[in-house]
Amino acid sequence: MPKPYLICRDEELKDGDRRVVSCDGTEVGVFRVDGQLVAWHNECPHRSGPVCQGRLYKRVIEPVDGNGHVRAMAYDENVTNIVCSWHGYEFDLKTGANQGTDKIKLRKVQLELKDGNVYVVV
Amino acid sequence: MNQPVVGVPQMLPAQVIDTSTDSREILRHAKIAARRRKLQDWFVVDVDAHHVETVSWNEVVQYIDDPVIRDQAIYFHRDRIGAPPYGLNGDLGLRYQSVGGRIPHQDGLREKVEDVSVHRDVTLTRRAMDSLGVDNMVVFPTPMLFLGMHPQPEMEVWLSRAYNKWMQEKLLSADSRIKFLALLPFHTPEECERIVTELAGQKGIIGFAIPSTRHSPVHHNKYMRLYRMIEETGMPISFHAGYHWDDPSLKTVNRFLGMHALGFAWPNIVHCTNWILNGIPARFPKLKVIWIESGIAWAPFLMQRLDDQYLMRPSEAPHLKRLPSEYMRDHCWYTTQPMESHNLKALECTLDMIKADTQLLFASDWPHFDFDLPSEITDLPFLSEQSKRNILGLNAARIFNLDPTPVKQL
Ligand code: FES
Repeated sequence: MPKPYLICRDEELKDGDRRVVSCDGTEVGVFRVDGQLVAWHNECPHRSGPVCQGRLYKRVIEPVDGNGHVRAMAYDENVTNIVCSWHGYEFDLKTGANQGTDKIKLRKVQLELKDGNVYVVV
Repeated sequence: MNQPVVGVPQMLPAQVIDTSTDSREILRHAKIAARRRKLQDWFVVDVDAHHVETVSWNEVVQYIDDPVIRDQAIYFHRDRIGAPPYGLNGDLGLRYQSVGGRIPHQDGLREKVEDVSVHRDVTLTRRAMDSLGVDNMVVFPTPMLFLGMHPQPEMEVWLSRAYNKWMQEKLLSADSRIKFLALLPFHTPEECERIVTELAGQKGIIGFAIPSTRHSPVHHNKYMRLYRMIEETGMPISFHAGYHWDDPSLKTVNRFLGMHALGFAWPNIVHCTNWILNGIPARFPKLKVIWIESGIAWAPFLMQRLDDQYLMRPSEAPHLKRLPSEYMRDHCWYTTQPMESHNLKALECTLDMIKADTQLLFASDWPHFDFDLPSEITDLPFLSEQSKRNILGLNAARIFNLDPTPVKQL
């Protein structure tokens, strides 16, 4: 039976912050990214690594000019990736989609916002 | 209507894993996975894990036999500003394995270790074994795997001997679960023979290892006495792969990813080709050879290439009485990691071709960025439980003559 767990007050979680918690054994990561709240299971679809405990990086891109040349890599400031620390799989923190293939995704956790409190339901 | 009860979650001890995180926390999910699969009752051997020997390099150089070189090393470390590890070659600044810090455990395990009764690496190895669900772990060095490219063959001898001794005193004497394949300075065969004579049968030493990154013809006559000696010990010889970005074949590869993917397979492909075509298995039928850390997808590729070409030119390989692939299947052993598993059909075919049931040995390669877990074997849908048990530990028990009683604490 799913049950709500109180994570924190809404205003406590600033942009770039996270809470990675165990809800009676079910591990969940709650993040604020670009103002938006997201929550994912702390279980990487690759080998069940602790993905929500990974570091955050802006997505790496390599711009190509009109001649098809590349000169430098860059960060896409609009996409924040969470990187699973076990083997480096990278996921768009907002959508949960893996950078390398759309067949791999993080597993979403239901979020609830009530009276200024953030809950996950697991 | 009843208000739902609100649960109180517990914060995990590491919100963000970094180089100071305890490896038991980094690998907590591995332990959960091992428990779920009841690996407590399975005998599991990890044939290839690593420590970073350069952290202890000040200690290792004290074991150099040559008193002059030993003093030089000690003074070098004492006086030279920003000294890299004395005597080591290799691309120490080109080690991009952690992808800019994305995979912190590859950069360093700087966790707290309270127990000072044993070397820190003993504690780290125990933590890894009990987290991954491993009974015996074979520990390899890391930067030393470049020694085959050293401009001074003598340095390979001095450092390999020093490291072997350090390993015996600091790690092997402290915990019988830790195993070691003694390093052979392969550029100097008579020194390899000396090491085999001195170390065969010593506590924790279960075979011999040659760093594969080198331009040595493994079929040269100068190695035959060594192979005979190792064959007589009943212990395996192994080739531990490693990349070398300076290798001419990799000079145009600009991404670490590409260099690493090719570079870790290439030296073992070359050595295995020479090994088979020159009839080493035919000449030393009881010599067991293990190809380490090249993954396994290269094996079917090489089997097919060599079989096709051999049948067109058998006069160039007159030792062979069977197909190259048959020698690769019956006389070679392989470690799993990094096991290429995205295409399960291809993996099933690979395992079948190399006769994984008897020839494949699990390896984690912890703490490197492409480490594997025992659950990758237990979860394969096409293997019998007996095959899984063989790959995870029983094949290793046979080849290394280990007691297959599980002793780990899960
Ligand atoms: S378990 Fe997450 S990248 Fe492998």
